[in-house]
Amino acid sequence: MNLTLKIWRQKDANSEGQMVDYQISDVSDHMSFLEMMDVLNEQIINKGEQPVAFDHDCREGICGMCSMYINGEAHGPDRGVTTCQLHMRMFNDGDTITIEPWKAAAFPVVKDLVVDRSAFDRIQHAGGYISVNTSGNTQDANSIPIPKQDADTAMDAATCIGCGACVATCKNSSAMLFVGAKVSQYALLPQGQVEAADRVKNMVAQMDLEGFGNCTNTGACEVECPKGISLDNIARMNRELMKASI
Amino acid sequence: MSGFFKSSIGRKVSMALSAFFLMFFLLQHLSINILSVFSPELFNEVSHFMGTNPVVQFALQPVLIFAVVFHFVMGFILEIRNNKANGAKYAKNNGAANSTWFSRNMILSGITILAFILLHFIDFWFPEINTKFIQGDWSGTMPGVDGFRYHEELVHKFTNPLRVGAYVLAFVFLGLHLAHGFTSAFQSVGAASLRKKLEKVGIVYSILIPAGFIFVAVYHLINH
Repeated sequence: MNLTLKIWRQKDANSEGQMVDYQISDVSDHMSFLEMMDVLNEQIINKGEQPVAFDHDCREGICGMCSMYINGEAHGPDRGVTTCQLHMRMFNDGDTITIEPWKAAAFPVVKDLVVDRSAFDRIQHAGGYISVNTSGNTQDANSIPIPKQDADTAMDAATCIGCGACVATCKNSSAMLFVGAKVSQYALLPQGQVEAADRVKNMVAQMDLEGFGNCTNTGACEVECPKGISLDNIARMNRELMKASI
Repeated sequence: MSGFFKSSIGRKVSMALSAFFLMFFLLQHLSINILSVFSPELFNEVSHFMGTNPVVQFALQPVLIFAVVFHFVMGFILEIRNNKANGAKYAKNNGAANSTWFSRNMILSGITILAFILLHFIDFWFPEINTKFIQGDWSGTMPGVDGFRYHEELVHKFTNPLRVGAYVLAFVFLGLHLAHGFTSAFQSVGAASLRKKLEKVGIVYSILIPAGFIFVAVYHLINH
C-alpha cells in the first residue's frame, strides 16, 4: 500500500518542532508499524537526510520502549498492543497517517518521536519496590499463603510496562494509571504491606512533583493501555493514600 | 491529613465529596419543585419550612454555599493545573476513540451550570435573602396573595419563555455533567466496585434529575 505520513520532526529538546510530510510506497500489510518506520528511515538516509528518531527495543510488546501517538491515539488504532505490535493491516492504501511523540509537560521531547520518560523512573525510585534481603536468604515462595484472586490482580497490575501511553492519552496528562498499577502490585501482596503507607505517599508526592496532571476519570487511559491496566488500580491507589493519611 | 488534601488525589477526593453533597441536594431540590405541579399548597408548606427552619437556614444553607463555591473553585484550579501538565497539543487527537465527550468537557458543562446558577440566584435566591435578611420579613406572605407567596413567585418566573429556554439548556448541560460526575465521584473516593454497580443508577439519575427540573419549568410555562 501507498501512504502519506505526517511526522513530528524536532531537532533536539530546545528546538521548535513541526509536522513534516513523507510519502512511502509498497508497504506490506504484514509489516509492523516500526518495520514501516525502518523502511521510511532507509529512504530518508539514502537521500542523505537525518532519519526519524524513535524509541524501540524488544519489538515484542513487552519492554515499553516504543511510544508513538498514531492518528490521534497512543500506540495507534488497535487495542491491547504497543506500536511495535501494531500491524500495517490496520491501515488502508492511500491513508494519511499522523505520527507524533507523547505530549505531556512531564515527558519533554528529546528528538523527533523520542521523549524523556525518566519521570516514571523517579516515581518508581520513590517507593515502587520492597526492601528485602535477597542475598542467599530467599524464602520459598509458597511459605506465605496468598489468595489466588489477590495474586492474579497483583499480577495484572504488574504487567504495566511503563510505556506512558496513559499519560499521552490523558487529556490532563495524568500518570495515575501507571502509579496506581505500581502501588497496587505491592498493596495486594503481604510482602508489600510493611512499606505500604510510605510507598503510596512517596510515589504520589513524586508524581505531583514531576508535574503530571490530575485524573478526571475519563477512562481513556484504560482503553489505550497496551496491557489493559484497569481503572480499579487508580481507585485502589486512592484508597491506599486515604488509609496512609488518616 | 492536611497534606492529603494538598495532593492531587486529595483534591480529587474533595471534589468527589462536595459532588456527593451537591447530588443529594439536587435530589432534595427536585423533590420539592415537583410538589409545585401536584400540590401548590404542599409546595408552599414545604418551601416555608425550608425557608424558615433554623437548621436548614443556618446550618445546611452555609454548607451548601460552601460546597457550591468549593466545587467550582477547585474545578477551575484543577483545570488550570491540568492544562499546565498537558503541555503542547497534538496535531491530531482522537478523544472519541477512548472516552465520552461529556467526560472530557466537564469544565464546559460546569461553566454553563455556573452561568445558570448566577441567573438562578438573581431569580430566586437574592430576592429571598433580601426579603428575609434585609427586610426582616419571615412571614412567607406577600400582598395580593392568599397564604404563602412561594408558589406564586415560582409560577411568575416561569411565564417567560426565554427564561424557561435558558433553564432547559442549563439542565441539559447539568445532565451531561452528572452523566460523568455521578460514577466519577465513586471512583475518586476509591469505591471502584460501587462505581460499576451504580453505573445504571448514574444514567437514570443524570436523566431524571434534569428531566424533572425541565418538566416543572415547562409545565408552569404552558399552564400559566
